[in-house]
Amino acid sequence: MTTAPPPVVGPSPVAAGGRAGRVPARFVPVLVTFGLFVALFAVGGLRYEAFASGQVLLNLLIDNAFLVVLAVGMTFVILTGGIDLSVGSVVALSTMVTAAMLRAGWSAPVVIVAVLAGGALFGLAMGAVIHYLEIQPFIVTLAGLFLARGLCYLIDLSSIPITDPLFRDLSQTAIPLGEDMFLTPSVLVALAAVAVGAYVLHLTRFGRTVYAVGGNQQSALLMGLGVGRARVGVYVISGFCSALGGLLFSVYLLSGYSLNAVGMELDAIAAVVIGGTLLTGGSGYVLGSLLGVLVLGTVQTIISFEGTLSTWWVKIVIGLLLLAFVVLQRILAVGPRRRRAPAPAPSAPAGRTDPPQGDG
Amino acid sequence: MTAVPQPGPDAAPLLEMTGISVAFGPVRALDGVDFRLHAGEVHALMGENGAGKSTLIKALTGVYPVDAGRVVLDGAEVAFAGPAQAQAAGISTVYQEVNLCPNLSVAENLLLGREPRRWGRIDGRGVRRRAREVLARLHLDVDPASPLDSHSIAVQQLVSIGRAVQVDCKVLILDEPTSSLDADEVAELFRVISRLRADGVAILFVTHFLDQVYAISDRTTVLRNGRLVGEYRTAELPRLQLVSAMVGRELETLEQLERVPAEPASQAVAPVLAASGVSRRGAIEPVDLVVRPGEVVGLAGLLGSGRTELARLLFGADRADTGEITVDGTVLPMRTPRDAISAGVAFTSENRGAEGVVGDLTVRDNIVLAMQAARGLRRIPRRAQDEAAARWIEVLDIRPPDPDALLRNLSGGNQQKVLLARWLATGPRLLILDEPTRGIDVGAKAQIQALVADLAREGMGVVYISAELEEVVRLADRVLVLRDRRPVAELAGEDVEVDRVMELIATGHGEPDAERRGGADWEYGRSDA
Amino acid sequence: MRELWRKPFWPLVVLLLLNLVLAPGFFAVRLQDGRLYGSLVDILHNGAPVALMALGMTLVIATRGIDLSVGAIVAICGAVTCAWIAASPDPTSPGAAIGGIGVALGLAVALGAWNGFLVSVLGIQPIIATLVLMTAGRGLAQLVTDGQIITVNNPLFSAIAGGELLAVPLTVIVAAAVYALVALATRRTALGTLVEAVGINPAASRLAGVRARTLIWTVYVFSALCAGVAGLMISSNVNAADANNAGLWLELDAILAVVIGGTSLAGGRFSITGTLFGALTIQTLTTTILSLGIPPEVSLVFKAVVVIVVCLLQSPKARALLGRRRRRRGAAGGAPPADPPPGPPTPDPDRADGAATPIPAQRSTP
Repeated sequence: MTTAPPPVVGPSPVAAGGRAGRVPARFVPVLVTFGLFVALFAVGGLRYEAFASGQVLLNLLIDNAFLVVLAVGMTFVILTGGIDLSVGSVVALSTMVTAAMLRAGWSAPVVIVAVLAGGALFGLAMGAVIHYLEIQPFIVTLAGLFLARGLCYLIDLSSIPITDPLFRDLSQTAIPLGEDMFLTPSVLVALAAVAVGAYVLHLTRFGRTVYAVGGNQQSALLMGLGVGRARVGVYVISGFCSALGGLLFSVYLLSGYSLNAVGMELDAIAAVVIGGTLLTGGSGYVLGSLLGVLVLGTVQTIISFEGTLSTWWVKIVIGLLLLAFVVLQRILAVGPRRRRAPAPAPSAPAGRTDPPQGDG
Repeated sequence: MTAVPQPGPDAAPLLEMTGISVAFGPVRALDGVDFRLHAGEVHALMGENGAGKSTLIKALTGVYPVDAGRVVLDGAEVAFAGPAQAQAAGISTVYQEVNLCPNLSVAENLLLGREPRRWGRIDGRGVRRRAREVLARLHLDVDPASPLDSHSIAVQQLVSIGRAVQVDCKVLILDEPTSSLDADEVAELFRVISRLRADGVAILFVTHFLDQVYAISDRTTVLRNGRLVGEYRTAELPRLQLVSAMVGRELETLEQLERVPAEPASQAVAPVLAASGVSRRGAIEPVDLVVRPGEVVGLAGLLGSGRTELARLLFGADRADTGEITVDGTVLPMRTPRDAISAGVAFTSENRGAEGVVGDLTVRDNIVLAMQAARGLRRIPRRAQDEAAARWIEVLDIRPPDPDALLRNLSGGNQQKVLLARWLATGPRLLILDEPTRGIDVGAKAQIQALVADLAREGMGVVYISAELEEVVRLADRVLVLRDRRPVAELAGEDVEVDRVMELIATGHGEPDAERRGGADWEYGRSDA
Repeated sequence: MRELWRKPFWPLVVLLLLNLVLAPGFFAVRLQDGRLYGSLVDILHNGAPVALMALGMTLVIATRGIDLSVGAIVAICGAVTCAWIAASPDPTSPGAAIGGIGVALGLAVALGAWNGFLVSVLGIQPIIATLVLMTAGRGLAQLVTDGQIITVNNPLFSAIAGGELLAVPLTVIVAAAVYALVALATRRTALGTLVEAVGINPAASRLAGVRARTLIWTVYVFSALCAGVAGLMISSNVNAADANNAGLWLELDAILAVVIGGTSLAGGRFSITGTLFGALTIQTLTTTILSLGIPPEVSLVFKAVVVIVVCLLQSPKARALLGRRRRRRGAAGGAPPADPPPGPPTPDPDRADGAATPIPAQRSTP
């Protein structure tokens, strides 16, 4: 008997698989979202005269800048397989804190820094409870939702106007873009958030760890990756983004109000899902989430252009879009099935039902 | 004998563990164990479940703190606080389950956490280059940019080895890496292991397969009940002695397992199962299969040959595209497992954890589950549940004999017995067992095989699948050999022997084929045990 | 004693004790016009809708699912009933009410079947499958009411929330009856075990012959039906349908009740009694805050605190950190993965029989 086994004859059974020159499956959802956005926009352009203008396109960004920022943060969280239900409440809380602090005479830059730091801290607290105390993100961020909203009411039950010159200037500034078109500073902030988000996710070790955690947390742990840092970090990012979104919202409305942004977490989640990110984690792009927000915005714009359609159609259409994307993702997920997996029906998350493996 | 120079016993070992003890409360998982590992050797660590293999590995890599004893690596005493530290010191571990991220690319999986960076950001080109280097070192022809989940488990396993060895790796621990690989893939893995050994890596190899120990390892250490039994040069260690060192039991008891050849089942007896032309696209070509009462029919073939796929079709776990299945003369609709169950068919999946064990329910609930499911919502009276549980716990010697224990707290072998009990409690006419002995210790293995033989004697029809040909051949009256998703031959009586089956698996016909046999010889080398 | 803190009833006990001290009149119950009144009755009456929704939610969560759409279903059922009654030829007749209730509950079943279809047939993650209806459902309710608040004046319909039997509000009786029914069904039939089996390991359950798909489908239908009845109670209570606000965030309360009741969101083992305590805890909290004169809006902060405290006390990890039973294993930097659950590794039971595995054979010495 020889110690070294003879080489295997014939084509190696472990040769590469699927090197076809088609679009990788993971890009498909984003491309579909992009296609959908273009199609929706084209439909609007064909139906309504004033629709297909550059400014309508820019207005999508202007009116949804805060949502874009929220969606960026939410993308991070969902990529790790978590969820953050608190974002809407944190937006409201941020507008309240901003307005209240400005009313109390603090200077605008201090307020901005304080609000951003507060949001990040709020996220840090939630992330720490989720990771270190092993409580489900759903429940922890639900508590966060209640807490932030309750704190709003503690500050003031009514709306607080913002009169600070910096905020006023920001809200009235229009950055001209070519002829007859303009942007607002909020849009630049939102786009910067997208750019930074994409950079962090794809070009830093932290970002890659976020994907790894979403793919398989146990593995990420055994690979010696900073799982804790990533899991807590995404909630810090989401908290920060919520606070930033809240600031943009304050600029947009020039007031703080406890009932702001009720249910906005659902819009953010919907945008992320429509943008092609898997709610199970591990797959998705911030660019997709931006497109998701644009799709939501376009739906809203079309319905408002239609005039005869009531606003609740927005909810119904968003629900239908969600459904379409969920089914699409399901189909894509069933496609590239692993060779070994006999693919039982909706199967258990790995590890949960596994018995302790043969202890040696 | 071997292609690499053997380190003499006088050479200083790369890793030396002396007097290692680890206790969990009152339980001593390891008791004064010594272990040595030399550079450039493959060292098999053997023992039954509970012998302390995993504990030793985890004590070495810092997952468990060591209560007593010392670990010396490269002449310096070390104590790691965790796998990350151990890895930094050159000790990498590859586990039984692939511990990678399926959603990321091969290159990313190889380099996660240690990507080359430029100006603080990940250098994508550098990542791909490094990945290609690692893959080249393993002679693995895969596209580094392809997603990991587009590859087979074997490739994924090799990628995790690649990940382990690409840093400065002195010690590579392979914890049962072969349990889900087929023969060709094992060969591929061994090729890589040999190459790493030639590079001077010290390899600690844990496996349940005796043949693989002899095929690849230079030295073998045997543990039993947390104590060291001995260290041996593998080539000088007879198989029987290895087995007896592991089980601490006299060999005769193992040999008792040899099944007394049953009376050849009469052709006149009506078959309990008759399948004709059963197939499923992409899984298995049309197959005919007859099982008579009291007969054990083995399905032999490599992984992916269609043996598991066929078993699943017979049970309705997957739906067949074509064909007809009759049980006791009645044609089955065969749309769902329920159809099969109500006709008296039982099936245990090869994937015990994902498709058998309901871990958070008690042993009793698990035993009556199939019975209960057949009755629907009408609850089985508690008395009857208790009786069934007590009976099967006794018959199958389930440990601990506590019907209220949660199933997840039982060992693999005992979980498998509970799953068998679940089906036997339904009083099946036909029992389909897919790898019932995989990953369980020798004792439970023997009990399960003996049980199968008994059941057949009592008139049950059995379809038996195992990766270990010895086991199939020992138990089966007839063997259907599958290859490349189609049946190639059916052997009966005298023809049921390992060499014949192996030839059929290797070549698809009975003629010897030198090339293929070379590859398969070591894999299924006959065991005398 | 420490185990006591894990039981689901203690938050309720603490709250009631608090009231005993702070609000003397809290436990007073009086009979007036053939109906019981008092804070305790209010808790039961106002808590009935969430208790019902939480009951359905418990079974859904036990199968590893979650149903986010129940709040929307509450709105839809209220809207449909009121719209039906308002549109019928005689809006005050019992026939109009029965027709409206029938249509609404039928619709609830259909919506539950839709959720069940997405989850059990298409295999979509429950959280997102029901998110679809959560988002679209409120829009549908607004579509039904045309964005208006529909008020109705129908004695039979009003009786759902306003009526009483033997001085006990009908809402309480209905909720109690459904609880009793479900408790009976899970204890006396195999429903409980089968639901748990499906929740713990769906694939294994299917291979063992459990009708997993049917069961999952059923629990979503049941959950929607519970939400439908809750919707009737809520809109009957105010004799109106408010598509915007009816049932808003109640799905979160329902989930909360289940979690406070000790059922893990990860599925598997569940507790009906625990859920009942959870629902009562939430309502008692709200009522307490009201009776203490704290502005109701601030109740959210208290709710958050209760959620955090209860979850912390139920989390094994948190208890391990708080308690003194810190085992040495945790000290290691690369703590072993949390799955299988923490705690010292159980000695392998195989070890016990290692030496004496009874193989029916005689032993011979070498």
